[in-house]
Amino acid sequence: MTAKSDLPQGTLDFLILKVVGLGPIHGYAIAQRLQQVSRDVVQVPQGSLYPALHRLENRGFLAADWNETETGREAKFYKLTPKGRKQLETEAAGWQRLTEAVGLILGMAEGSSQ
Amino acid sequence: MTTMTWWQRLWHRGQMEEQLDKELQFHLEQHVSELMARGVEPAKARRQARLAIGGPEQVKEQCRDERGTRWLEDLVVDVRYALRMLRKNPGFTVVALLTLALGIGATTVMFTVINGVLLKPVPFPEPDKLVAVHGHSETWNTAIFGEQNVAYPDFLDCQRESRSIDMAAALFNGGTLSEPGEPEYVDLREISYDLFSVLHVNLAQGRAFRREEDIAGGAPAMILGYSFWQRHFAGKPDVIGTSVVLDQKRYTVVGIAPENFQLYEQEADVYTPLGQDTAGYLRNRGAHPVHVLARLRPGATLAQAQTEVGLIGHHLAEQYADTNGGRTLMVQPLRPDVGNARSTLWLLLGAVSLVLLIACVNVASLLLARAVSRGRELAMRAALGASRGRLARQCLTESAVLGLSGGVLGVLLANIGIGPFVAFWPGMLPRADQVHLDWRVLAFALGVSLLSGVLFGLAPALRAPSRGLDRALRSGGRGMTGNSRRLHSSFVISEIALAVVLLVAAGMLGRTLLRLSSLDPGLNVHNVLVTRMALSPGVLADPGRILPAWQDVLERARHVPGVESVATVDTVPMREGNNQIGYWATPDVPPKNRQPMALSTSVTPDYFKVMGIGLRSGRFFTDEDRLGTSAVVVIDDVLAQSAFGGQDAVGKRLWIPDMPCTQVGPGPNGGTVEKSVDCTEPYTVVGVVGHVRHWGLASDDQAEVRAQFYYPLAQVPGPFLRRWSELSSIVVRTTVPPLSELESLRRELKGASSDQVLYEVHTMEQLASASLEQQRFLFLLFGIFSGLALLLACIGIYGVLAYLTSQRVPEIGVRMALGATARDVMAMILRQSLGMILAGVGVGTLAAFAAGRALVHLVDGMRAPEASTFALMISVLVVAALLASFVPARRASRVDPVRALRQE
Repeated sequence: MTAKSDLPQGTLDFLILKVVGLGPIHGYAIAQRLQQVSRDVVQVPQGSLYPALHRLENRGFLAADWNETETGREAKFYKLTPKGRKQLETEAAGWQRLTEAVGLILGMAEGSSQ
Repeated sequence: MTTMTWWQRLWHRGQMEEQLDKELQFHLEQHVSELMARGVEPAKARRQARLAIGGPEQVKEQCRDERGTRWLEDLVVDVRYALRMLRKNPGFTVVALLTLALGIGATTVMFTVINGVLLKPVPFPEPDKLVAVHGHSETWNTAIFGEQNVAYPDFLDCQRESRSIDMAAALFNGGTLSEPGEPEYVDLREISYDLFSVLHVNLAQGRAFRREEDIAGGAPAMILGYSFWQRHFAGKPDVIGTSVVLDQKRYTVVGIAPENFQLYEQEADVYTPLGQDTAGYLRNRGAHPVHVLARLRPGATLAQAQTEVGLIGHHLAEQYADTNGGRTLMVQPLRPDVGNARSTLWLLLGAVSLVLLIACVNVASLLLARAVSRGRELAMRAALGASRGRLARQCLTESAVLGLSGGVLGVLLANIGIGPFVAFWPGMLPRADQVHLDWRVLAFALGVSLLSGVLFGLAPALRAPSRGLDRALRSGGRGMTGNSRRLHSSFVISEIALAVVLLVAAGMLGRTLLRLSSLDPGLNVHNVLVTRMALSPGVLADPGRILPAWQDVLERARHVPGVESVATVDTVPMREGNNQIGYWATPDVPPKNRQPMALSTSVTPDYFKVMGIGLRSGRFFTDEDRLGTSAVVVIDDVLAQSAFGGQDAVGKRLWIPDMPCTQVGPGPNGGTVEKSVDCTEPYTVVGVVGHVRHWGLASDDQAEVRAQFYYPLAQVPGPFLRRWSELSSIVVRTTVPPLSELESLRRELKGASSDQVLYEVHTMEQLASASLEQQRFLFLLFGIFSGLALLLACIGIYGVLAYLTSQRVPEIGVRMALGATARDVMAMILRQSLGMILAGVGVGTLAAFAAGRALVHLVDGMRAPEASTFALMISVLVVAALLASFVPARRASRVDPVRALRQE
């Protein structure tokens, strides 16, 4: 059984960029996707999702269009801008480095305690 | 739709609201339908979806915050709200706006003048490239004489050699213009040919001088000053090419200077080429009459010019050791010369700022009173979710709106006030033509308005409720914390303190003025006419004819009916101009920079009689004191004291090396020539007279050089007589009002060729009165400012007290119900007011001491404030403030206890 945890500060933006990077998507689907992909570990508070989307849109990382969904409803679809893609790459690289570093430190701790 | 700019987001905010709504709606519906697909009941599904997203309004608010346009939208709302509040309280608005408009208007007037006179650069293109070239030597006292000018030959050498600057020269001179029209003494600038091009100034008409005109023997050419062209030639368009006779030399007019063209802050009448002047002192490297200015060449820096010109100066000192030894040249940025206007202006700006500060405090207390009664409204808004910062921002927006509206009114007032202010300035305000509203003034007014807005809005804004909301809501805004009562008192205290400073300053100026006007000027100023006089240019050209011509002038003037006595003098007391030279009481005269200085004045024998200067011992001059007889001087008691201590000075001797002396030496072609030399022979003191306040009634006591001596014009050697005569004035004692004699004198003194003129006519009374103009002007303005301050402080204390008492009505009701009489209540209110007044007086007295010290430093003739000045001014203030408190106190004493208690 895995415990649900809150997202660290700034991580939500990164995750949104990652999800939107897979293709145009509307807000509700983003929330769903985040929840599914992380196997329910990442519980996105829906209340912070929309402010985050608007923030990313205003900073020019996301662009939005109104399109029809497969059920024929009109929804706001977000997609990455070139600027957003660059931001995503930078942040992904940062995460990679950080998780590697954390992994190294954890490994060292196990080694010394044995 | 793709990404939007900030502007687009602001512009399309209606559309964005709609879309935000739609987006959230879509989210909710998706969630609900998904839940329902999983088998949840519709009502339950809707509830779950709602809970998942949180309060939709809250989410929307957060999304709006992310737009980045929020503050502006709030601002618009706040400004609208503020305007509505101002309209709803017309009484408050009118008082606050008038107070602010006065304060900001007065401050803006002062800043406009300071901007024009002190801050603006010289009025030529690319002013930062213009520099002044001065002479520099160790023995020169810049503090007394100002910057040293340059010898003409040195200027020519430097101009030729410098690679970093283009140099031009100007010489201040004057002459009699005898054709066309009535003979007139004109203000003449002799200039180098390139002066206009160095300044980058184009002539209004015609052309500048040519290089070949700027040499001895060049074709005589003249440029007319614009005003002189308008005045003397009535602005005739075809004046170029006509001829003009100046000092008997015929010139051709080649150009007209542009309108308002001022060199060294003065507009000259005519300009001639400097190189054509063959006067000896322009060939002598030991004389330094020429003003030099220059423009940095493209790419050259000030530092380069300074190094280069300094080097040229050193070379000249090596090459001409006898005249240039120890001297060099230096380069400084060209700055306007504004004399003592600087300190007066800053002083007035300081005074005006105090008035503005009082105005701000007044408005602050008004606003605070309103904020307290609006406490309930603010508490309500806080309870509905407005943050403390948001409420403070709204309060500040309100005061900023008030400040800006006051500022707009203030600028309008200032625009009206600048003209009269410049007109009332004592004498001529230097650079007055530069004084007008411009973007800098508007920026200043905007800054001052916003700053005042923040200043008086801060206290109410900080009071924005955060704690005790329930209490604020329940009390209906009538209850009042001790905190805000203290704040109100501190407003009154600071207003009173500021008013004390201004009142004491005005009192000091008034006393000074009284004291100075009663001083003995050392001469009898009544019934004396003073006028400069230009002898006929024909006479001036021949040294042998000069003294007889003066004799003739004096003789003719003496016979004009109503004239009692008449004399010539070069430097007139209390008028501009002086001649300071070093002296020594023993033959071992030290170097020039270590000699004590005295004012030297050349006169004819009747001078002392005309001026009514008292003889202490010895005798005045007589007609027997001429060249050839022993050289004599009459000294004043200041010089007698400093040179000879307490002893009788008559018969003692003085060595005065810089007096006009000559020596006959070998001249060109085997002839002889009289050369100017240092005077080695001593002068015999034949008389001691009383001290004359040469520097004016106000300034003489502080003057650096006060000692005076007089010498007979008849003992000035021939080669100097022309220059001396050009500077001479005549003084006439009359038995009738002096100015009524002017026309007869003009007629009598015209001379054989009708080209002798009187100019710059004054009476001694006018000069004496003018010497107190600065003090009188400051007194007038400080009087106005302190009156204003007094009025504002009284309004402030009235307002605060009226407010405080109205808040205390229930309390007063209780007191009266318990047996207090109307008298008791009144005494209580007045006691409260007196406490604030006295605290203000205490603080103000300390501040006034400091301000008084500054005033003594800045204004000639001021003495440290006396206790009586303080006592008088403070009692005026206390009485006025108590009167202002009387009305609210009386109202309080008439409170009906029954109604007051019901009100609670």
